[in-house]
Amino acid sequence: MEIVLFVCLVVVAGTSGEMFVSRAMKGIGEVTSFRPGAIARVVARSLVEPWMWAGLGMMALAFFCLLVLLSRANVSFVVPVTALSYVMAALGGRFFLGEQVSAGRWVGVCLVCLGVALVWAG
Amino acid sequence: MAAGQHLRGKTAVLLVLMVVFGSSGDTLMGKGMRAVGPPAEWRAAQVAGFLTHAALSPVVWMGFACLLLFFLSYMLVLTWADFSFVLPASAAAYAVVPLLGHFFLGEAVSAVRWAGVVMITLGVGLVGNTPPRTTLPAPASGEAASARAPAATEAAKGD
Repeated sequence: MEIVLFVCLVVVAGTSGEMFVSRAMKGIGEVTSFRPGAIARVVARSLVEPWMWAGLGMMALAFFCLLVLLSRANVSFVVPVTALSYVMAALGGRFFLGEQVSAGRWVGVCLVCLGVALVWAG
Repeated sequence: MAAGQHLRGKTAVLLVLMVVFGSSGDTLMGKGMRAVGPPAEWRAAQVAGFLTHAALSPVVWMGFACLLLFFLSYMLVLTWADFSFVLPASAAAYAVVPLLGHFFLGEAVSAVRWAGVVMITLGVGLVGNTPPRTTLPAPASGEAASARAPAATEAAKGD
């Protein structure tokens, strides 16, 4: 039961963290120059975005939960379940970030999710 | 059309960087940390010793640098590309690592893992076929934004 809770936390906190980072970066706008100075400015800009800090916080929480999960014995069968993050990401992209997830993208996401679970399980 | 090609091109370059830095970072970090070994006890002194030991390992530092570069590429590509495009596409790393292990290090890959590699490859191919960006740039003017991407405008209002 405890393990189920931690798996859910890893998936939900991890994906929302990355979703928040995505939101912060979208707010900055498309990077067009890849000179070191321009990249440094983008990074500096990202550090004043509240969504960035919310995202980093969630990612740290997910990392902590993963460590707890990994410290329990016999979780090798549970870790593949965290591949559900890919499905969560597509849902988050659609409903939180307003992206258009077409049928083709959905099928691709489901294949990736199953494939990653199999690679981790195998 | 030309702009679309350009967007696809730079998205692909950054995804390749993510896969390269992400998988080498994970591998180096794993190697370095295994060499350090876990702290003998979860007490302050042992944990501090473990952290010092890890901080003195060049392999751990190389892994850390790769992971930072991975995250930087991730941040940059997300300034334009969809999250629901980038995340599944970056899963290509989980197909590339067993393949490299098999062909360069002669590692055995189980049938289940092969099936996973095939599914990831197909999935990444399908996702890669969709347009990398389906939302409008952030400072879009109201008219154009609501005409071309109503969902994005709704999401922006939620801020």
